[in-house]
Amino acid sequence: MARMKFICDAERCIECNGCVTACKAEHEVPWGVNRRRVVTLNDGVPGERSISVACMHCSDAPCMAVCPVDCFYRTDEGVVLHDKDICIGCGYCSYACPFGAPQFPTNGTFGLRGKMDKCTFCAGGPEKNGTQAEYEKYGRNRLAEGKLPACAEMCSTKALLGGDGDVVADIFRTRVMTRGKGSEVWGWGTAYGKPSSGSGGGVPTQQPAKTEATKS
Amino acid sequence: MKRLLLILGVAALAAACGEKAQTTAAKKADAKAWDAAENPYVAPGWKAGDRASWEQQMRVRAQAQNEYSRVQ
Repeated sequence: MARMKFICDAERCIECNGCVTACKAEHEVPWGVNRRRVVTLNDGVPGERSISVACMHCSDAPCMAVCPVDCFYRTDEGVVLHDKDICIGCGYCSYACPFGAPQFPTNGTFGLRGKMDKCTFCAGGPEKNGTQAEYEKYGRNRLAEGKLPACAEMCSTKALLGGDGDVVADIFRTRVMTRGKGSEVWGWGTAYGKPSSGSGGGVPTQQPAKTEATKS
Repeated sequence: MKRLLLILGVAALAAACGEKAQTTAAKKADAKAWDAAENPYVAPGWKAGDRASWEQQMRVRAQAQNEYSRVQ
């Protein structure tokens, strides 16, 4: 099996924030923490584009590289997860991540920063699958329920695709070839590196979109 | 006086009992996704513990995101 991947089709995303809402509801994510968010480029200008962004589960994850307590690990499916019992909430991963995925809940009068929280690809964490302990720390483990991430499965325009990299790349490639444009996959090159033969390949051009004014 | 010293001594010794170990927690092993969740929300169509059937289930679910008739 190929690695689990997210792809967001910027030609289809309508900035409805349904994925953000689905994620927050599915995992009961606290106030101030957004595991997923929608970023709009050239907002208000004709031709604006929106992209749904979360942890990209990088093949060579910088968060894993910088973590001083080594709380990150990668599952057999390529999902980058972390152990909240080890995390010390230092925030190094937040500085290292090019996608702003690591989030830190704050609470109390002095805004005490808690342990890092991020998208788990709906794969839970290092607790027994589907238990209350796992749910409270990491959210729902949909992969262990035979489902894919809630954000991707409920996307109304099918802009956000998630699942086996080979399958979602095939779906995206078919669209690009049909429409004859829009082959840029935002974040793909940064997060996933160069495609190796037979896995996750097939997307015609894997260059990041040209720099444009950004508003989140 | 002796009694007070004894109480203070016991209290000082007992205070150390509340100290948390300063050692780093060991990274826990995560269960495999195909071992299935222990809750009633597991989707039908695959067999718990069978990696191949779980992977097939993932492919089928991913294809559900495909709009065959509308590929623009």
